[in-house]
Amino acid sequence: MSTTSGTAAPPAGQGGAAPRRAASAAPLDPREQRRRTWRSRRHHWDVKWSPYAFVAPFFLFFAAFGLFPLLYTGWSALHRVELTDPTHMEWVGMRNFSRLWEDEFFWNALQNTFTIGLISTVPQLLMALGLAHLLNYRLRGSMFFRVAILTPYATSVAAATLVFVLLFGRDYGMINWALGSIGIDKIDWQNGTWTSQFAVSTIVIWRWTGYNALIYLAAMQAVPHDLYESASLDGASRWQQFIHVTIPSLRPTILFTVVVSTIGATQLFGEPLLFNGSAGATGGGDHQFQTLGLYLYEQGWVNLHLGRASAIAWTMFLILLLIAAANWLFQRRLRKSQ
Amino acid sequence: MTATVSSRPASAPPAPPPAGRKGRNRAGRQLHGGKITYAVLILFTIGSLFPLVWTAIAASRTNTRLAETPPPFWFGGNLFHNLDVAWNDANMGAALLNTAVVAGTISAGTVLFSTIAGFAFAKLRFRFKNLLLMLTIGTMMVPPQLSVVPLYMVVAKLEWTDQLQAVILPTLVTAFGVFFMRQYLSQALPTELIEAARVDGASSLRIIWHVVFPAARPAMAVLGMLTFVQAWNDFFWPIIALTQTGNPTVQVALNGLGRGYVPDQSVIMAGALLGTLPLLIAFVLFGKQIVGGIMQGAVKG
Repeated sequence: MSTTSGTAAPPAGQGGAAPRRAASAAPLDPREQRRRTWRSRRHHWDVKWSPYAFVAPFFLFFAAFGLFPLLYTGWSALHRVELTDPTHMEWVGMRNFSRLWEDEFFWNALQNTFTIGLISTVPQLLMALGLAHLLNYRLRGSMFFRVAILTPYATSVAAATLVFVLLFGRDYGMINWALGSIGIDKIDWQNGTWTSQFAVSTIVIWRWTGYNALIYLAAMQAVPHDLYESASLDGASRWQQFIHVTIPSLRPTILFTVVVSTIGATQLFGEPLLFNGSAGATGGGDHQFQTLGLYLYEQGWVNLHLGRASAIAWTMFLILLLIAAANWLFQRRLRKSQ
Repeated sequence: MTATVSSRPASAPPAPPPAGRKGRNRAGRQLHGGKITYAVLILFTIGSLFPLVWTAIAASRTNTRLAETPPPFWFGGNLFHNLDVAWNDANMGAALLNTAVVAGTISAGTVLFSTIAGFAFAKLRFRFKNLLLMLTIGTMMVPPQLSVVPLYMVVAKLEWTDQLQAVILPTLVTAFGVFFMRQYLSQALPTELIEAARVDGASSLRIIWHVVFPAARPAMAVLGMLTFVQAWNDFFWPIIALTQTGNPTVQVALNGLGRGYVPDQSVIMAGALLGTLPLLIAFVLFGKQIVGGIMQGAVKG
């Protein structure tokens, strides 16, 4: 980066010098002279200020639709605000937060978010790692396989969930039919706690495994090949090479996908909302698969308490910051140990 | 996260992936996949495609057939009737048009703004550059849930409910886009080219038009496609800002279907099929580029 800025400097100076050289060579025409200084000044301004103009749109949009809402959410979390009259705000201090703390459904949602996050992220990333390993072989039709495993990524949360609701249907669903043909009784996927969380996680796993596999594949292709060569000279089997060469080289990428998937899992919303769409936003009759995102939506747009929804949003943000901090500490320790 | 992302570019240039791969192929070192490899990959392919194929199967049946036990495994003759009902009664026709407008505008805006901002971060010199870049990356951490309450208040106040700008404006440029273009341009655009243009007296805007855009075109296409997919599938904010009966996007209409707007399961599946089909067609046409874009983004960001 410093080399870039170093080499970028001269043209500005040259641009400034050019008119002067011309002035000493030719007899002075004052109008021409004025035009040249004007041009060089404009050039100077352009070089100095246009970078800010180029990054400004992003920051303006972020200020309007990211930063301002972030702060205002914090402000409205300290108020009683109802959806029916959002302009009327009544100061209540920390009461929205203390009511969260006492609400069993908040803790339920937190626990569900954690469980579903765990049983969707871990198998997803492990399968993605294995898939990437297979795709890294020389294959016929490798592009076909890559596109095929990525197609779930093109399917929206809503469309995917609607299909899986039918597949997981208790009476006529294909999954229970298949289980029945090998002698397993019908499972009530929607109403059980574990079964419903498993089903919701399946949708997440289906949509994201291929995407993560491609990210791992890209990282695997960047591993220098001499590492494998020297490992195989040392007599390492393919499996040992995978464990001792591939995985360590992929460590930053794995960490990256873990963080991204964790962030995604914290915000899980559409899948549980539509997995039992007729039940509203409760996440099943007993709130058995209600996540934090869904709980926020229920408080704000079903129960009409925007202030409490804001408090939930800020709590989710704090959880994300904790995850980021944990990740940072973990990375620092990793780097020190290397 | 910030640390991973910012530390990676430093290590990226010495080992450009294409060269490494070619070298490996030339040496014949990359192993061929065996039978088991193919078997497992075919299994995953079936697993990935089956729910989509079955969406089409269910959409071609009737509601009563879907409530029978063995579930249908092959297409029936009711597809066009169901598509027709979904198109008209569930507002999918209007939803598709709306979503095309929304996703198209968001992609165009994101590509344009991200390219010029990414160019500034990659190649120009200005104060606070690194600080601003860190800030940009940091904003990726802010979850969408944090903005829905105030955005909803603003939209309600401006009476923008059910108007498309309510879902277009908040996502018109993304931090991911800026970072993606910065990573691409810092490698793909030679600094000498910009210097030469400056010596010739080109203004920054001319440089953007004649130097940056041509060099950035491949990455712009990839970013456009990725953004389009994301915008097409966006769910949380649109279901708050738009309504099923008013001016829905595809996801809003599907949400309505899932919440019992139409009781017929085969029609619901027809709706899901309609909402997914455009992206599936795009995947068939541009799958290679999209795969390449995701893998490129992975190595660089």
